[in-house]
Parts: sequence; C-alpha cells; structure tokens
Amino acid sequence: MRVVHYLNQFFGGLGGEEKAGTPLEKHEGAVGPGKLLEQFLGDGAQVVMTLVSGDNYAVENQQSIIAAVLEKVREANADLFVAGPCFQAGRYGMAAGALCAAVQAKLGIPVITGMAQENPGADLYRETLFIIDSGDNAAKMRDVLTRMATLARKLLAKESVGLPKEEGYIPRGLIRDHFVEKTAAERLVEMVLAKVKDEPFESEMMPTAFAPVTMPPGVRDLKKAKLMLITDGGLVPKGNPDKIQSSAATRWGSYSIKDCADLRGEDYEISHGGYDPQFVRQDPNRLVPLDVMRELEQEGLIGELYDEFISTSGLANPLSNTRRMGREMAEKAKRLGIDAIILTST
Amino acid sequence: MQITSAIPIAEMVGANRLVLGNGIVHVVGDAKVSVDEEKGIRRQLVQKALEALQRDHNE
Repeated sequence: MRVVHYLNQFFGGLGGEEKAGTPLEKHEGAVGPGKLLEQFLGDGAQVVMTLVSGDNYAVENQQSIIAAVLEKVREANADLFVAGPCFQAGRYGMAAGALCAAVQAKLGIPVITGMAQENPGADLYRETLFIIDSGDNAAKMRDVLTRMATLARKLLAKESVGLPKEEGYIPRGLIRDHFVEKTAAERLVEMVLAKVKDEPFESEMMPTAFAPVTMPPGVRDLKKAKLMLITDGGLVPKGNPDKIQSSAATRWGSYSIKDCADLRGEDYEISHGGYDPQFVRQDPNRLVPLDVMRELEQEGLIGELYDEFISTSGLANPLSNTRRMGREMAEKAKRLGIDAIILTST
Repeated sequence: MQITSAIPIAEMVGANRLVLGNGIVHVVGDAKVSVDEEKGIRRQLVQKALEALQRDHNE
C-alpha cells in the first residue's frame, strides 16, 4: 500500500511559526508522525512521499498548493492520502481539509485526516471527509494515528464504516438506513423517563453548535470609513445573472451600485423563497438601503460606500454553505479594505 | 452589524451588533406610510446601525 502524507512545517520538522511561510516541499519516505502511521497501517504499508508546507503558505496559496499536491499524489501512484493529524491548529486543519477534499474528489482514492472538533477545518470539511476527532492534545498522537490507520484500512478495503462514536470520527451528518428494535415513540418515551429520573440518556439529534464570534472593536471614525452593504434577502439584478438559488443557495453575487443614488424596482428581482417579496420588488431600498446611505455619504457622515453590494439568499441553507459563503464575503471585504458592513436580513 | 427582524436567529448564531428591523418583508422600509415618512424610518434604522458599528460592546 502506497501512502502520501501531508504535514505542516511543525510536524514536518522544519520549525515553528518562523517557518510558516515555507512553500510545499517533497520528501521521500515517512517523516515524523508518518513513521508511526506506517507502523499502525501495517501490512507492508509504505509512506512513499511526505509533503510538507508552512501553515501560512498553505492558506495563502490554497489553489496552487491543491494543484501541486494533486500532481504529486498522482505521480506517487498512491492508494491512500493522509493529512495531519492537526489537533487544534486552525490553518493546518484548513489546509488538510482542502487537500483531502481535493484528492478524494479528483483522484478518487481514500483520504483520512484528524483534527479537533473546534478546528475551523473540521467545521468546513466534516460533511465531506472522515475526520478523526483528535482532541486538542498533541500528546495523544499515537492514539489518534491508531484510529486514523484503522479507519483508513476499512476505507481501503471498502468495508462498511461504523458510527462516528464507534470509529472515532467527527459526525458527518449522514443519514443511513438501520434496523432498530424499538420505534421512535418508544425510544422517545424512554428518553423522557430517563430525563425526569435524572438518569443518563443520549439524544438522537445532533445539537447544532455555534462557536462564539469575537466582536471586533468599533469603527473609530465613521467619516473616514469605507462601508459595504450585504443582504441575505435575495436581491439580484433582473435575470439573476449568477443564478443564485432561491433556497439553499450555494452562490452569492456582488452587484454594481456605482453612480446609483437609489435602487429601482424595475432593475431588480428577488431570488428568495419564503417571504412575500412584493414590497422589496416595489422598492429595493426597503432591503438594501442605498438611498439613505448615499445621503449619509453626501453629508459626510460616512466616508465612502463601496460601489457594489453583495447579495445571496439566506433560506433553508445548510450551515456548511452559509459558513463558506460568509468566509468568502469576509475575505472579499478584507481584500477591499472595507472598514464596516451593514448586513440586512429578511 | 446586522439589521434583522429575526433577532433570536441572529443571536443564536452569535451575531454581534444587532438592530431590530421593521419587519421581515421590508427590513428597512414601511409599506404603510408615505414615501417620505418611509425614508425617514429607513434613515433612523441606518443611523442606529452606524451607532452600533461604533460601539466596542453589545448593548
């Protein structure tokens, strides 16, 4: 079995944060945790190539590193691609997730990685990949690698994979058929009884967890600030040029408002189910307050309004979609030097 | 910051700097009043939003 292993600069033995800018390097054979991985995979498994990149380099050059890794994994004629484990390291997790997702999709070989549930990479890729829940303690390397190797062997042998808690991976949100002894009503009553008796019980619904969002400091001088308008109410130019779906949207658009004093109903439409769009159709300023923003801009109360507004439809959308789109919008705003955003939501 | 008429949803996902909008169907509008009055309402909401943007902590 031929394995390609991806590591960051730290686990790849290059150094700490001072080496985070290191571009992708190729090494023959196993490096660092790869040696243990080889041992736990057993059956003559061989890490034929280790790819190492600095965390900053990987995140800042995601598209090119994906292309480079795909080429090298193909060249190595690998049967399995492994990344990490990354524990709590966020940039490492993001890179490992992106690389595993790309290898899985483009090369069709099994992939496995490991990270803490709180790692942003887990948040983004848990539905796409098997990610072993590594916790945040890197001292558990042996245990994590053992579970990664065990699950990887099952994937290679195309054996059926057990439930998340049996195999130790982060729940993917997959639904599958499964015989049970008791009906839902019976199980529910048992849970209620256990609850009132203060006995332990396990819910069958996975609660959605939202990590706290750190509030950035306030804008110091609005008169110099560059502002941007975003809406999740589905306002799009007539014809919906980006084909933004009216439900569970996977796309968002950015539309010019350059030299526009306000928005006119005849130029726009709504791609968003669920709410009655007639009022916004009549006057889109009711959703994207361009007329007022222009007044405030002219009066000098705000520095500048960015000359495009961003829009998508925020309806019945899986969190994986909305988180990705939110990140993409934030990246764009950051790149443009936007100081503050007003998001209007239906 | 976010102007929304569904504050509990925004709070649930951890959004900061929230301003209550004027209804799901016209978050920064009002179809029941004259055009001038409506613009006044919109301006007030946007000014509230600008105040929220200058705060360092949630109210």
